[in-house]
Amino acid sequence: MIVQALSFYLFASVAVAAAVMVISARNPVHSVLFLILAFFNAAGLFVLLGAEFIAMILVVVYVGAVAVLFLFVVMMLDISFTEMRQGFLQYLPLGALVVVVLLAELLMIAGTWLGGPDLAGARGFPTPPPSEITNTHAIGRILYTDYIYVFQASGMVLLVAMIGAIVLTLRARPGVRKQRIGDQLARRREDTIELKKIEPGSGV
Amino acid sequence: MFEIGLSHYLSVAAILFTLGVFGVFLNRKNVIIILMSVELLLLAVNINLVAFSVFLNDLAGQVFAMLVLTVAAAEAAIGLAIIVVYFRNRGTIAVEDINLMKG
Repeated sequence: MIVQALSFYLFASVAVAAAVMVISARNPVHSVLFLILAFFNAAGLFVLLGAEFIAMILVVVYVGAVAVLFLFVVMMLDISFTEMRQGFLQYLPLGALVVVVLLAELLMIAGTWLGGPDLAGARGFPTPPPSEITNTHAIGRILYTDYIYVFQASGMVLLVAMIGAIVLTLRARPGVRKQRIGDQLARRREDTIELKKIEPGSGV
Repeated sequence: MFEIGLSHYLSVAAILFTLGVFGVFLNRKNVIIILMSVELLLLAVNINLVAFSVFLNDLAGQVFAMLVLTVAAAEAAIGLAIIVVYFRNRGTIAVEDINLMKG
């Protein structure tokens, strides 16, 4: 119990500290790296909760795909980082006010929420005990049966996002000399080479 | 203190969510940091969903957490594509300069 509590506090505090660094680091590359740290620690929290599948998906999707995408874009764009930090303090008072109010409200909810009396009856898919069936297996059982339409819809979301990203960033630049294999293969000998019989001494 | 309950996880998620909102407020120049803050917001929502799912013994929450994850990945891809196109056209990604539509 003690070990569990200590690991919870470790993961939670590192995640929060990493989140603070994400929004306050001077260099966007450092921000991305701290974002990766925050996601790793959130995955640790999920493992503590007993949701291993979500934890591993979080590591694979966020650290493996999203964070690397961010890293690529940050390094690809040629931005002056010092200019980026100007005006940092301009919105600090308003932002701090909103944030303090929001945090106080959220913590009040977190501290006092007890759940209603009808909660047990509203349960849709009771979690099977972990000794019988693993978390991944249990999720697969309801994801591919009861939530099949949701599953397909999220596949469509990803497809649309992929096509949208390609359409947005694809461009045909004028003035670029490229090898056009089709044109090369379509050339015939008769179109390009002409043999002339030249009489000796007469010139062309 | 050493009994970790639902409210502990909800508090962590609340703090992460607030930090995400704060990041959106603070970084008015850099759209990439704003996108990262949005990722933090979605992570906080995910922590909430999974914590409720575990403590209420209902697996549906974890399925919805995966749905949120999917949407977050799609949003990051589209957002970064828009940033790349915008930077190509304007040479900057400052949010304050994005006023072409006079909204």
